[in-house]
Amino acid sequence: MTTMAYAVRDSATMLRRNLKHAQRYPGMTISVLATPVLILLLFNYVFGRALGAGIGGTSTGGSSYIDYLAPGIILMGATSGALVTAVGVCVDMTEGIVNRFRTMAISRASFLTGHVVGSVIQTLVSTALVTGIALLVGFRPTATPVEWLAVAGVLTLLILALTWLSAGIGLVARTPETASNIPLPLTFLPFLGSAIVPTDSMPAGLRWFAEYQPFTPIIETLRGLLMGTPIGNSAIMALAWCVGLSLAGYLWARSTFNRGARR
Amino acid sequence: MSVSSATGPAPAITASGLSKSYGDKVVLDGIDLRIPQGTVFAMLGPNGAGKTTTVQILSTLIPADSGEARVAGHDVARDPDAVRAAIGVTGQFSAVDNLLTAEENLILMADLHHLGRREGRRRAAALLRRFDLAEVAAKTVTTFSGGMRRKLDLAMTLVGDPRVIFLDEPTTGLDPRSRRIMWEIIQGLVADDGVTIFLTTQYLDEADQLADRVALLDHGKLIAEGTPEELKRRIPGSHIRLRFPDAGGLESAAALFGSATRDSEALTLHIPGDGSISDLRAVLDVLDDASIEAEALTVHTPDLDDVFLTLTGHPQPKENAR
Repeated sequence: MTTMAYAVRDSATMLRRNLKHAQRYPGMTISVLATPVLILLLFNYVFGRALGAGIGGTSTGGSSYIDYLAPGIILMGATSGALVTAVGVCVDMTEGIVNRFRTMAISRASFLTGHVVGSVIQTLVSTALVTGIALLVGFRPTATPVEWLAVAGVLTLLILALTWLSAGIGLVARTPETASNIPLPLTFLPFLGSAIVPTDSMPAGLRWFAEYQPFTPIIETLRGLLMGTPIGNSAIMALAWCVGLSLAGYLWARSTFNRGARR
Repeated sequence: MSVSSATGPAPAITASGLSKSYGDKVVLDGIDLRIPQGTVFAMLGPNGAGKTTTVQILSTLIPADSGEARVAGHDVARDPDAVRAAIGVTGQFSAVDNLLTAEENLILMADLHHLGRREGRRRAAALLRRFDLAEVAAKTVTTFSGGMRRKLDLAMTLVGDPRVIFLDEPTTGLDPRSRRIMWEIIQGLVADDGVTIFLTTQYLDEADQLADRVALLDHGKLIAEGTPEELKRRIPGSHIRLRFPDAGGLESAAALFGSATRDSEALTLHIPGDGSISDLRAVLDVLDDASIEAEALTVHTPDLDDVFLTLTGHPQPKENAR
C-alpha cells in the first residue's frame, strides 16, 4: 500500500474510535445539542412576540419571528459542537494514549484527521436535529432543494473551520476543563451578530463589531438561502471566513501536534 | 562508534553521548548504551534522574539535543518510522483508551498495525487469554483496577509483535501481587518471544529480579553499570540492628561484636552481615550465651538509597572504594 492509502486507512481507524466514543457516551453530544435548542425555545416562546414586534415583519423574510431567529439558531448548533472536539483532543493528549500513537508507525496526520472528521459528522447530525426542532416549532423556510444543499455546504464549511480551531485549542489546553471553556465565546459570538436581532437595531460601536465579525455574513447567507432575504456580498465574505479559518486552524493544529511529545 | 564488532548479532539498542536539556535544566548529560539482543536492560534511578527522557528519546517521542541512538538497527533521528515499526512502548502512565473495552483497545492496535480483521481478532483473543483478561474483554477500561490496566497496556504494546520493548516503570503504583504478576509476564516475554527489553525502575529488587544488566542513572549521568550481582557487590552489605533497653546492655554487646558500630544516643548496635538466617542465628546465639537482652532486632537489607548513597558519595570506581 502507498503512504497515502495508509494515511486514509489509519484516519478511518481513528474515526471509528471517535464515533464509538460519541455513540457510547452521548452525554456530551446531548449537552451540545441542548444549548441551541434551549436558546431557540427561549427566544421563540418567551421573547419572540416582543422581539418580532420590535424588528417588524420587514427584515424577517417571513411572517413570524421564528423565521428570523431559526437560521441564527441553526448556526449556533454548528458552533456549540466545537467544544466536543476541543475536549476530545485534550483528553487524549492528557491521558497518554497520544504518546502510544506517536511511537507507532502510523500516519501522523491520522490522529487529528480522525478527531476532526468525527466531530464534523457529529456536529452535522446535531445541527440537523436543531433544524428539525426549529421546523417543529414553526420555522417555515422557503428554500428550494438546491438552496438546502447550499445551506448544508455552508454549514459543513463552517463546522470544518471551527473544528480545526477547536482541535488546536484541545492541543494547547492543559486540562479538559480549560479545553471546554475556551470555545465558549464561540457560542455567544452569534448573539453579537445578526442571529437574534438585525444589526441596524444596535448602538453604533456594537453595530460596527456585529457587521464585521465572521458570524454575521454566515448568518445572513443562511438566512438568504433559507428565507429568500437579500444575500449581497455576504456569501463571498462567509466563504472567505470559513476557508480562512479552516486553513488557519488546520495549520495551527498540525504544527502544534508535530512539535512533539508533551512533558 | 568504535564498539561495533564483527562478531555476534548487532546490538538491539546503542546510544552514544545522548543529551537533553529543557531550558537550562540538563536532564540527560551524555548517555552511552549498548544493549545486546534478547536481553533485559534495567535503568535504575530515582524520580527526575532522566529515565523517562531516555525512553522518550529512544522511542522517537522527543529528539535528543545531541548524541546518536540506534534501535533495532535504525537511527532514531533519521529513520523514526523504521524504529517505530520495530518497537513497543508501555509508558509510565497507562496509554489505554478508557472509553473502549479491553478487546476494542487491542483491535484498535491491530487495525493501526494493519493486521486485517481476522488476524487482529485472533491476536486480540490470544493476548486477552495470555494476560488473564478474557473474562473482562467486553468491559470498558474505566472499570479496571491499576493492575489490569497495566496488563492491558502491555498487551496493546505486544499486538504489533515488537522486537524491542520499552517499559517505563512498569510496576510503579501496583500492589505487590500485581507487581509479581507483571514480573512473571516480563520474564515470559524474554523466554518465549526472545525480545529485547529496556525497562526503567526505581526499585533495586525489580532490576535484580528481571535484568541481565543494570545501569544506574543519576542527574542525567550513568554512574554505574553491570550485572545485578556486580552492582550489589559495590554497595554496603546488609546489617542487623539491635536496640537495647539501657547503655549497659549496649556496652556489653558492643564488646562481643568487634565489627559492629554503635549509636549511644539511640542505644543501637549495627552488626554487618549478609542478612541470612544463619547470620541472624549466630548473632542471637552470641547474645544468649552472654545473657544479654536486646529490646528489638531489625534486619536491614540494602536498597536503592544505599546504592545511591554509596555510588554518588564515592564516585571513584569500586577498586578504590573497597
